[in-house]
Amino acid sequence: MATVELAFSPLPVHVRTARLIVTAVARRSGVEEALLDEVRLAVGEACSRAVEAHRLHCPDRPVRLELRDDNNRFEVVVNDTASNGKPAGWEETPPAPPAGTPVPGAAADAAVDPDAAPGAAGEVVPGDAVPGDVGPVGDDPDSLGLAVISGLVDDVEIAPTPDGTQIRMGWPVATNGKG
Amino acid sequence: MDLKVNDYTTDDGLTVINVEGEIDVYTAPKLREKLIDLVNKGKFHLLVDMEKVEFLDSTGLGVLVGGLKRVRAHDGSLELVCTQERILKIFRITGLTKVFGIHDSIQEAQEKRKGQK
Repeated sequence: MATVELAFSPLPVHVRTARLIVTAVARRSGVEEALLDEVRLAVGEACSRAVEAHRLHCPDRPVRLELRDDNNRFEVVVNDTASNGKPAGWEETPPAPPAGTPVPGAAADAAVDPDAAPGAAGEVVPGDAVPGDVGPVGDDPDSLGLAVISGLVDDVEIAPTPDGTQIRMGWPVATNGKG
Repeated sequence: MDLKVNDYTTDDGLTVINVEGEIDVYTAPKLREKLIDLVNKGKFHLLVDMEKVEFLDSTGLGVLVGGLKRVRAHDGSLELVCTQERILKIFRITGLTKVFGIHDSIQEAQEKRKGQK
């Protein structure tokens, strides 16, 4: 059983709450202070991605997190169920939001003007992974959020599940850090 | 925490945007709206002061890149003031340190801008 389980409705406003909870549990579990920023950012990215995916595909289902503290390792698992039960690796064009719908994923804004690419060739730049004119960050599994997680966290697994995607991240725990 | 976004324009035509708080999937639209509003008002040389930004994720990066694209379409610029290592780290991970001019202070940005004129 996870040390802490968290489920929240897929709204951007709850991502900060998730970050705060995970950071607090990580600190309590003994993760070094120097790593807490990394925990906070990586969990925020994973949750943002899951929220955007749920908002597109299954807005009534919660995003779920499991926090574990085992074997000198603090683990966070973020699960989305945004494939709507389709097999892992499914590909489908997501439904376009109605015209004028505000898109919280800012990479969509980055994709508005494709003529003026700011990045040097080959760099990971927000918006590159967002096809078309509109689409939030989490729409593409290879989006910037996942790139940030992969670049940030050494101990990470990103895997498709029958229901969606699972991001499993771990950080070392100081054995004398619990109090 | 709310995101606070304020701006002013210097005598040399540089619009400084002071950002305070956390830039994430919830708050980033506020910054995006500010950047769009400034561009629509003809402000094409922007300097985003991020010294009071406590958190920045990829959504925030997307907003900044979106702003950069908009001002570049008008031969403008969007540069940053940031000395916080935890914020700079995400720019380095994504390679965006090569995309944005990043300065230690507003004064430094102004001096470099004068030198380029």
